[in-house]
Amino acid sequence: MWVAVLVSSALCYALKALGFVIPERYLDRPVVKHLVAMFPVALLSALLAVVTVGHGMTVVVDARLAALAAAAVALLLRAPFLVVVLVGAATAALIRAL
Amino acid sequence: MSIADGSPADPAESLDDTPRGVVIEAVTIGLTTGAYGVSFGALSVTSGLSLWQTVALSALMFTGASQFALISVVSTGGSAAAAVVGSTLLGVRNLFYGLRIRQILQPSPALSVPAAHLTIDESTAMALAHHGRPVPRAALAFWSTGASIYVLWNLGTAVGALGASSIGDPARWGLDAAVPAAFLALLWPQITSRRLLGVAVVSAFVGIALTPVLSPGLPVLCAALVPLLFLRGAS
Repeated sequence: MWVAVLVSSALCYALKALGFVIPERYLDRPVVKHLVAMFPVALLSALLAVVTVGHGMTVVVDARLAALAAAAVALLLRAPFLVVVLVGAATAALIRAL
Repeated sequence: MSIADGSPADPAESLDDTPRGVVIEAVTIGLTTGAYGVSFGALSVTSGLSLWQTVALSALMFTGASQFALISVVSTGGSAAAAVVGSTLLGVRNLFYGLRIRQILQPSPALSVPAAHLTIDESTAMALAHHGRPVPRAALAFWSTGASIYVLWNLGTAVGALGASSIGDPARWGLDAAVPAAFLALLWPQITSRRLLGVAVVSAFVGIALTPVLSPGLPVLCAALVPLLFLRGAS
């Protein structure tokens, strides 16, 4: 399996690096600039949704969703980042302990 | 949601603009991620990779979704080729992150080498969350988050692989819920227009809708197509 480990690591690095080495002229067009600015928001929003209700290939509503709601309230109350994260974790831990 | 204009309930206020504050946020994210590193290390050796293969994977691949994809192929007896394809496919999202990180950090060619390696979900989210702040600290946010995760993810991996998995399932401590909480805090300040709100909502829907259909990781990647729907009117 060493081959798989090393080859896939190299390919994953190549993908990361590609974003940094694509010639500037391809990225200068306004449309491309807009797309580039939207990509992370799209990917991170999907990721947020999936880590909240995804479980393998199933969608499960559990303590994580309640924890996210609690974190949203903490955000609205302008709690510091660390507190928001702790509120999320504590809410889920509490619900599961009940 | 009037979250773009610094209104009283602006959740971006949860982020601290001081250098010290940024580093504390970075370490918080590193600790959460590190706990998952322990899980990864333990699962990896259980799946059949050796201790050194596991450690090498976290150090060299350093992108969680791809690493979990690789060991899940290995544990189900899949071929090396399938493991390479699966993990590489999930690495594609880092390409999109890299484009944006380069756009805002504009690192020198020499700095691009480590910057690329540290370009993952969390470092990108932190850099972008701080990019639009009154005192922008995208570079500090990116490097401190990347470095903190790199150290703690690799440390966690080694600890987990050595069998010290006594911390057990991260879910027991609610850490699985800490992750969405952290991403929400970092994503929210990035939603600075109706268009971006639309991108976020549709992408979240795409992620959930495709979860039962595609293998883990791919639903998130498919959301990269969503911005194409929101190009109209972009000037």
